[in-house]
Amino acid sequence: MISRVSSIAFNTFREAVRDRVLYNLILFAVLISGSALLLGQISIEIERLFLINMGLTAISLFGVVIAIFIGIALVSKEIDKRTLYAILSRPVRRWEFILGKYLGLVGTLTVNAGLMAFGFFAALLYLSQRSYQGFQKADAHILVALYFILLQFVLITALALLFSSFSSPILSAVLSFALFVVGTFAEDIRAAAIMAGGTVGQMLKTIAYLVPNLGSLNVVASVAHGEPVSGALVWHNTLYVVLYSAAVILLAVLIFDRRNFK
Amino acid sequence: MRAIEINGLEKTYTVGFLRKKERQALKPFQLAVESGEIFGYLGPNGAGKTTTLKILMGLIFPTAGSAKILDFDMWDMRVKAQIGFLPEQPYFYDYLTAGELLDYLAQLSGVPARDRKRKIDEMLARVGMSGAKNLQLRKFSKGMLQRVGIAQAIVHDPKIVFLDEPMSGLDPIGRREVADLIRGLKDEGKTVFFSTHILSDAEALCDRVAVIHEGMLRGVGVVADLVSRVQGKSEVIWQGQAALNSVTALGGECRISGDLVRAVIPEEKIDAALEVLRRSNARLISVNPIRSTLEDYFVEQIGGIARKEAAS
Repeated sequence: MISRVSSIAFNTFREAVRDRVLYNLILFAVLISGSALLLGQISIEIERLFLINMGLTAISLFGVVIAIFIGIALVSKEIDKRTLYAILSRPVRRWEFILGKYLGLVGTLTVNAGLMAFGFFAALLYLSQRSYQGFQKADAHILVALYFILLQFVLITALALLFSSFSSPILSAVLSFALFVVGTFAEDIRAAAIMAGGTVGQMLKTIAYLVPNLGSLNVVASVAHGEPVSGALVWHNTLYVVLYSAAVILLAVLIFDRRNFK
Repeated sequence: MRAIEINGLEKTYTVGFLRKKERQALKPFQLAVESGEIFGYLGPNGAGKTTTLKILMGLIFPTAGSAKILDFDMWDMRVKAQIGFLPEQPYFYDYLTAGELLDYLAQLSGVPARDRKRKIDEMLARVGMSGAKNLQLRKFSKGMLQRVGIAQAIVHDPKIVFLDEPMSGLDPIGRREVADLIRGLKDEGKTVFFSTHILSDAEALCDRVAVIHEGMLRGVGVVADLVSRVQGKSEVIWQGQAALNSVTALGGECRISGDLVRAVIPEEKIDAALEVLRRSNARLISVNPIRSTLEDYFVEQIGGIARKEAAS
């Protein structure tokens, strides 16, 4: 079972790695991080703040774009092009296929995030050396922010895969982006639910709990200001993402398990 | 042991969005395929051949009925390691090379790592694609994809090979090579179940055939028996046109080709026709009884039911 899942995951990774569009996106994200150095020169004080904010946001946004665009085609492309037939006629269970595809894309995104983070840290090192400050202790928090960005990718990938298991790529992209946007404001929706009260408040509360809480995974602003991230938040977010993604993948498996591939 | 046993498999799709209608793609049928035979599953396009194969491969769920493959229920995962499948108009991951594709699919079939390289080289050689091992599939022609498709279907040494329209898209040489390959699989003791609408391929290759039309199994027969049936007519060929009118008067259907005349004559009129030719001093070339072809059987099965339906 493990070897089949890992074979599918590796093939998914290989497919993404051989896609040139991916490299363009990564390069673009690294260039944005680099350009922050030029823009930040307006004021020496804000240069570092600007670089961290812009660099991490670029990594997050480009990663989400990659997660959605590869994720939405993960399953639907296999069905449309009938490549799935050669897989499912072998001793591969449908859930193994879904899990393999998911892990392959998460692996791809981890490597991408690593490459983009490398570019970002190179820019930060350049800035640190220029200002004779070197890496600061507070910069360690950036790693936590990067970890949270990775958790965000894990969640978005699961959602894109879920939509891909039953709808067309375009509809999957729309639904994934919509959930990404709504999820980013999940905490604001909760606040609005409390203020609204009554039936509307209850509805908003339900929506806020159903959509992924991506807001709590965004600590870019506080990290840029050198504020620490609590260990409790790290554990809470990790547990939340693992459970939420597992539930979404389970739902994708349940849908995929019942599909007829006409 | 029977290789495949189908018991009342049935598939009904619901079509339409607001006005939902049911469309029966496959009507309940029984079918058994013996081990070691080449079995042809014949039918025109849209007859239900691919639907049957997809059900057996676990790609679609039957509405009712069941099937056994090698005495296991078709959903049993142990079956999947012992079957190979070539889908219709196969398409594979075009970013992979032929070698990588076979390696990936062999892994999924549980072929041990130590055997994979050897088996992949063997399979590619067998389908005449050794030179394309390191070429990406996006650079392959349709015929090359079909050959790789066959290689992936047999790379794990399955006991039963299911081929959906294996000859489609191939040139005459490619078709001949695939036919040889199918015969080779039979010689190795494998069962081959292949669907086709090209009757000449089925006639040349199959031990038995089944005819399916509009989702209904119309008939099953042994090819050797079907094509040896005498139709009650003979073909007489002679040189010169001297006796043409007399033979036509006996009910012969004559066609002139150069200085040869070919006449299809009812069996009971053969003696009279030969007497006419002898008296006319015509040079007799041959007299052969006309036997049925698989095409005759196919048309008979499809037409027969259509006539019954029209009558009712």
